Amino acid sequence: MDIFNAVIQTLDSTLRLSVPLLLACLAGLYSERSGIFDIGLEGKMLVGAFAGAAAASVFHSAFIGLGMAILISIAFAMIHGFASITHRGNQIVSGVAINFIAAGSTVILGQAWFHQGGRTPALSEGERFSSITLPGANAVKDVPVIGQLYSELLSGHSLIAYIAFAMVPITWWVLYRTRFGLRLRAVGENPAAVDTAGISVTWLRYRALLCTGVLTGLAGAYLSMTQNGGFVKDMTAGKGYIALAALIFAKWKPVNAMFACLLFGFLDALAIRLQGTPLPIIGKVPVQFMQALPYILTVVLLAGFIGKAIPPRAGGVPYVKER
Amino acid sequence: MSTPYAKLPAWADYGLIPLINLLVAFLVAGFVVLLVGENPLRAAAILVEGAFGRGQGIAFTLYYATTFIFTGLSVAVAVHCGLFNIGTEGQAYIAGLGVALVCLTFDATLPWWLTFPLAILAAAAFGAFWALIPAYLQAKRGSHIVITTIMFNFIAASIMVYLLVGVLKPAGSMAPQTRIFLEGAQLPKLNWIIELFGARVRSAPLNISFLLALVMAFLTWVLIWRTRLGYEIRTYGFSPKAARYAGISETRIIVITMMISGALGGMMALNPTMGDQHNVAIDFVAGAGFVGIAVALMGRSHPLGVVLAAILFGMLYQGGAELAFEMPAISRDMIVIIQGLVILFAGALEHMFRPSIQALFASFSPRSVGMAPAKGKGA
Repeated sequence: MDIFNAVIQTLDSTLRLSVPLLLACLAGLYSERSGIFDIGLEGKMLVGAFAGAAAASVFHSAFIGLGMAILISIAFAMIHGFASITHRGNQIVSGVAINFIAAGSTVILGQAWFHQGGRTPALSEGERFSSITLPGANAVKDVPVIGQLYSELLSGHSLIAYIAFAMVPITWWVLYRTRFGLRLRAVGENPAAVDTAGISVTWLRYRALLCTGVLTGLAGAYLSMTQNGGFVKDMTAGKGYIALAALIFAKWKPVNAMFACLLFGFLDALAIRLQGTPLPIIGKVPVQFMQALPYILTVVLLAGFIGKAIPPRAGGVPYVKER
Repeated sequence: MSTPYAKLPAWADYGLIPLINLLVAFLVAGFVVLLVGENPLRAAAILVEGAFGRGQGIAFTLYYATTFIFTGLSVAVAVHCGLFNIGTEGQAYIAGLGVALVCLTFDATLPWWLTFPLAILAAAAFGAFWALIPAYLQAKRGSHIVITTIMFNFIAASIMVYLLVGVLKPAGSMAPQTRIFLEGAQLPKLNWIIELFGARVRSAPLNISFLLALVMAFLTWVLIWRTRLGYEIRTYGFSPKAARYAGISETRIIVITMMISGALGGMMALNPTMGDQHNVAIDFVAGAGFVGIAVALMGRSHPLGVVLAAILFGMLYQGGAELAFEMPAISRDMIVIIQGLVILFAGALEHMFRPSIQALFASFSPRSVGMAPAKGKGA
């Protein structure tokens, strides 16, 4: 039973660790599918995390916090849009800029407003998203295996976690079953064709970035208001880039994105779990190797050794209407 | 790549527009200072005073500038080839391993003027190697160099952390860093140059790698504008199709350019390790690779521009430290914001003011912008 418990615990932390990745990954999916590269996921998550925790602690409401997280994250997505859609700037450069502005401003403003070295005050019970116990979870707790799976693994996550996993089928549906989704995919492949059909490329791409902003805001709020009880300096710690790696790993598809994020979350959970304990046969695996594994896997995939990741064709190229 | 923007006179293109972009970036930064509740003008005064007011400040400014010249050149060379090397950070970090190996091996036996060239070679080789793999994957496998270099930054960080908490750490020490280099791997300081001008320098880490940086800037200029290879690099950067048509090997040019870029980035590792701390510590690059992006954008990828922009950023780093001391509300993170704003306005939004400046020029002298909207040179 010991092993079973350990497995359940590892899977549980896998779920928890993959939630922010999944939200950021889906956020990147909307933007990149519309032909806008977005390496600013990291920064948008960070400002979302800060705005969420700051607003929640000032207004004593988790939902106001969440709203602010989404709003500020959208604002940063719009800066990215303004630079890369309206002014046809380099999308990579704009993303880098956003990451820097986010990293600096969250600390400076946090220090100026709360005087806790760039942190926000610790959030109390009503100010953060507490875990939701699914109906009947307590009742089936003692049923072996299935009951435990339900009550330990599936139940007891926060609202945002459930939203994150619900976003997977929703994103799939939006992308493949709605007019917006069809156009979104088209504009990422061939914006000129979309333009010829009389649809505004600009407006379509802005709407895609709007979705990106909402989702990175959720991801940030999850970090500072669920996983952690407040904002800490540089708390995204590269998650935005792992999400980007997951997006490539998933070949820009929503369901694949979920599995990629779960895989990367699992690696992370395993790294934490295995810290210092030797494995049979392999021996002790360095933590750093486990941490680097998502990146190594992505490079191997990009190199075309396991399948081929083909990005949206118009990705990274600003659309010029007049020729 | 052709842009739909008409041509401006060169001085406006290379002088006026970057200046306006920089001014706007500082205006927005000033607004952030205001938001924090401090006086932006006073903050600016403290910053400039801290960077250039005393000999000590100047020496520190040039010390930081040394680092940024290397990383700025690294990004700039790649930009000429149309490649965005976001991996300078990782290349410099891995180059630290090369420097450490050379210094730990020879510091007891060789004098610094023999260790230094060896360390330069090692840093360049390790940096170039770390750029080689992404370059090869871009050229042969078509994987996007931006993504692979980002991934390689993280892989480099993992490797270095692993080595610095393991093999490279002296026994019995807790800090994740190598032992202190002996005299044979400590670079001589250059503070006497500043003292020649009558200023006093108590102790500043400005060292001989500053001269190396200037030499590299010059060599980069020679490479890009005075050699056949440089011509090929620029051709490829301007139009990969034309380069292919002209018989330039795509793989060769991408791989060579990225290796040069990686080597330049790698040499950055010399400055903080052999020049200042006399060891290789965890995270010694400290974001300098990313500053290089801002420096290259600011300097328009021209070596002279890179040197000037690097001094500007050196000033921000040194003055920023003083500022954090005088105004506790404004920590070093303010520099990160300014850096981001410079990248945003000088890089991503570089064309924002262009149409209005063009209109202005056209109203004064239509000939200066060319009557017909010709295909202007892109960024």
